[in-house]
Amino acid sequence: MAGEFGSPEVIEEEVDILVIGGGMASCGAAYEIGPWVDAAKKAGVDIKVKIVDKAAMDRSGAVAQGLSAINTYIGPDQDPADYARMVSNDLMGITRDDLAYDLGRHVDESVHLFEEWGLPIWKLDENGERHDGSKGMTPLKDGGKPVRSGKWQIMINGESYKWIVAEAAKKAIGIDNVQERVFIVKLVNDKNDKNRVAGAVGFSVREHKLYVYKFKACLLVAGGCVNIFRPRSVGEGTGRAWYPVWNAGSTYAMAAEAGAELTMMENRFVPARFKDGYGPVGAWFLLFKAQATNAFGEVYMVKNKELLNDYPPYGQAAVPASCLRNHLMLKEMMEGRGPIYMDTVTALGKLKEVLSPREVKHLEAEAWEDFLDMCIGQCGIWAGENIEPEKKNSELMPTEPYLLGSHSGCCGIWVSGPEDLGAPTSESIPGQPEHLPQGWNWGYRSMTTVKGLFTAGDGVGASGHKFSSGSHTEGRIAAKAMVKFVMDHKDHKPELDTDVNTLIEEIYRPVRNFIEHKNYSTAIDVNPNYITPKMLQFRLQKIMDEYVAGVATYYRTNAHMLKVAEDKLEMLKEDALKMRAKDLHELLRAWENYHRILTAEAHMKHIQFREESRYPGFYYRMDKNFVDETNWKCFVNSVYDRNTKQWTCFKRAHKDLVDKSKLFKAAAH
Amino acid sequence: MPTFVRTEKCDGCKGQDKTACMYICPHDLMKLDKDGSETGHAMKSYNQEPEQCWECYSCIKICPQQAIEARAYADIVPLGGSVQPMRGTDSIVWSIQFRNGVKKKFKFPIRTTPEGSIEPYAGKPEADITKISEPGFFVQVGGYRPGNPSELICK
Ligand SMILES: Cc1cc2nc3c(=O)[nH]c(=O)nc-3n(C[C@H](O)[C@H](O)[C@H](O)COP(=O)(O)OP(=O)(O)OC[C@H]3O[C@@H](n4cnc5c(N)ncnc54)[C@H](O)[C@@H]3O)c2cc1C
Ligand code: SF4
Ligand code: SF4
Repeated sequence: MAGEFGSPEVIEEEVDILVIGGGMASCGAAYEIGPWVDAAKKAGVDIKVKIVDKAAMDRSGAVAQGLSAINTYIGPDQDPADYARMVSNDLMGITRDDLAYDLGRHVDESVHLFEEWGLPIWKLDENGERHDGSKGMTPLKDGGKPVRSGKWQIMINGESYKWIVAEAAKKAIGIDNVQERVFIVKLVNDKNDKNRVAGAVGFSVREHKLYVYKFKACLLVAGGCVNIFRPRSVGEGTGRAWYPVWNAGSTYAMAAEAGAELTMMENRFVPARFKDGYGPVGAWFLLFKAQATNAFGEVYMVKNKELLNDYPPYGQAAVPASCLRNHLMLKEMMEGRGPIYMDTVTALGKLKEVLSPREVKHLEAEAWEDFLDMCIGQCGIWAGENIEPEKKNSELMPTEPYLLGSHSGCCGIWVSGPEDLGAPTSESIPGQPEHLPQGWNWGYRSMTTVKGLFTAGDGVGASGHKFSSGSHTEGRIAAKAMVKFVMDHKDHKPELDTDVNTLIEEIYRPVRNFIEHKNYSTAIDVNPNYITPKMLQFRLQKIMDEYVAGVATYYRTNAHMLKVAEDKLEMLKEDALKMRAKDLHELLRAWENYHRILTAEAHMKHIQFREESRYPGFYYRMDKNFVDETNWKCFVNSVYDRNTKQWTCFKRAHKDLVDKSKLFKAAAH
Repeated sequence: MPTFVRTEKCDGCKGQDKTACMYICPHDLMKLDKDGSETGHAMKSYNQEPEQCWECYSCIKICPQQAIEARAYADIVPLGGSVQPMRGTDSIVWSIQFRNGVKKKFKFPIRTTPEGSIEPYAGKPEADITKISEPGFFVQVGGYRPGNPSELICK
């Protein structure tokens, strides 16, 4: 039966492992899982794996337009412990060393594969001159020297990065096991164990088909979250957020609804980027040695240096945390010494003094490529505003906040870590809900606190700075653990706790709302019986912007403002039941926005619970405007109850597994 | 910079059931107007939600007719600039035109292997099931780093 709008064809499918999302983490999982599935088969266990992506894997996720750097490459001269230290300091001390360290020891494996598959990686020759990745120089794995644009970053010609990684993934898993253009709306728990996942439901945005998957294990890797805050541009430019507009918090919302413990959802990322286009600044600072100044040419990182002393020890590291760098910039903006500029003119001028004309031409191309490989819109702005970086400086601006766990952020899901690094196995702070595990590992690496539910990349909280290579790596680590999980539970039969008809009704509610009420008014968008997903999103963004420390208040809030937001979000959540969908495209927007609301609510509740301002420059609780190491150097975690719609926040103790003092000693001289 | 489709260039991907631009857009923006009821141009594509366009250029790069271009966000950027790619099999060429007429052209490599040539497991070992609980992957390509044990202070 072919479905139609309002009554979709229902396709039920049972697999062993379902991967939700087709981004970097998913591609890593797809690659690693093949040989383990073959090995399991030899041991008598047949494992069927499927990937579902809301888009097309060749260009889905955060790497859609490419990248100009791989931001995590350890290289032979650094230790995983150095990496774990950097991650911790950039995120103001509260990260899980077990997760960061484990990533640090594995990540270069993925980078070497990318190069083998055809990703061009810039190289340095013996004279220290830079060459693009097409020159066929010694590969990294054989000792080739990458071009470092920072301690951990290496430059690439990355326009086709995702295309290449997806080709390997699709071939590895088999194209028949990839389902594109299906948006997963929710996970379904197991009928016989409410702390276990048994299935997932979603719909095609191309055909009138609803998919019900049953599985033993699931890798939820649907990226981070954007557009819960009002973006700085509100017209046609709304689409130009720094973070790709299509990652709508599905990872956090679906995990929370399934009962998974979230962690550090108060954390956010507010990148300081080229204004309006949000082009990357890393290469400008680190490769071209440019400085950022206020309108009077003063370098605020020098001028406002003493502000770093307010935040010991994090302000005293050789590289202060990202949020603190924003903090120093914001002082200039709030005291009226904007705009802030990236001094590209001086930087390129200085380089021209020491380089040959051929090298200068190469340098100009490098500067443009940095944008063209990952943020083409910035070039559009430079072209439209006649900005040639050697002649005219460009403005910088902190963006609206985003939630993510793999870039310079650490919100996400609490997962089981490696067992060989000395991580805690019990809890020293009481108060966690009883059904949750104690300590940092509970059997299967990368599994959440819900049985059978795994995550990676942006999904994993309390780590951060994994980036593209690290997310791929985490997908691989999780894949292996999932195979083990399935082998150990080979006789388990997943059973959904909700019947399929109820699920269809729920997912198609926005369509029913539309069909039932559309003739009540003459204007299709203004109708008291339903709300368009677009208006719902505007309302969410207004609440978050004005009360939960968005750009409207220069990232400031307090307990009273949060209380107002809490009440307003509650009503918004109720109204989400009245969303309408006039076609499949709008049904997609409706459910994306539902995921956004839950993610936003988690963010707000965590900021409310954490009575300090842990990330100055990202957000300030003006009623608790300090970092409180004594009471709040701990994880803030939460669980959501899908039935009562209530959140429970609680603490878990933090512990260093590597010595952090090394970071600060280095800064002392 | 939302995308727009040049009316005279788009051929609706010759009536195939999925057009290249619809296939690739990560945000489900490109749409084929089959009967012309939405745009007045039957069997041609358009961007159905321009204010949601991330200007990722995926559709522009993939369109076999070079029918898609981008016009910088009108609420942010002065008119007159353009940034247009031509993506080949191993490189991409960018033509940039400034509002004031300045032109720039850049060519960058995009991959070092022929498209479609990846053999993910060629020459790679099988997985050893006895190692499934240990750190490390089924294959080691010179990147695994066990780390200096003395750095782990709780072990
Ligand atoms: C602007 C920006 C710049 C960056 N720059 C760099 C850089 O220079 N270097 C670097 O190394 N890293 C960089 N990163 C980081 C890197 O891109 C991410 O760390 C990485 O992509 C995260 O991988 P992921 O798999 O968790 O998510 P993603 O790669 O974003 O994948 C998410 C996937 O989930 C799918 N999806 C979402 N919701 C659903 C749903 N409900 N149902 C089904 N599918 C769904 C999406 O279509 C997508 O396939 C950057 C990130 C951003 C945002
Ligand atoms: S890919 Fe190009 S030719 Fe094909 S439908 Fe889209 S715009 Fe038209
Ligand atoms: S530029 Fe990207 S987001 Fe915009 S329509 Fe094309 S593919 Fe979609």
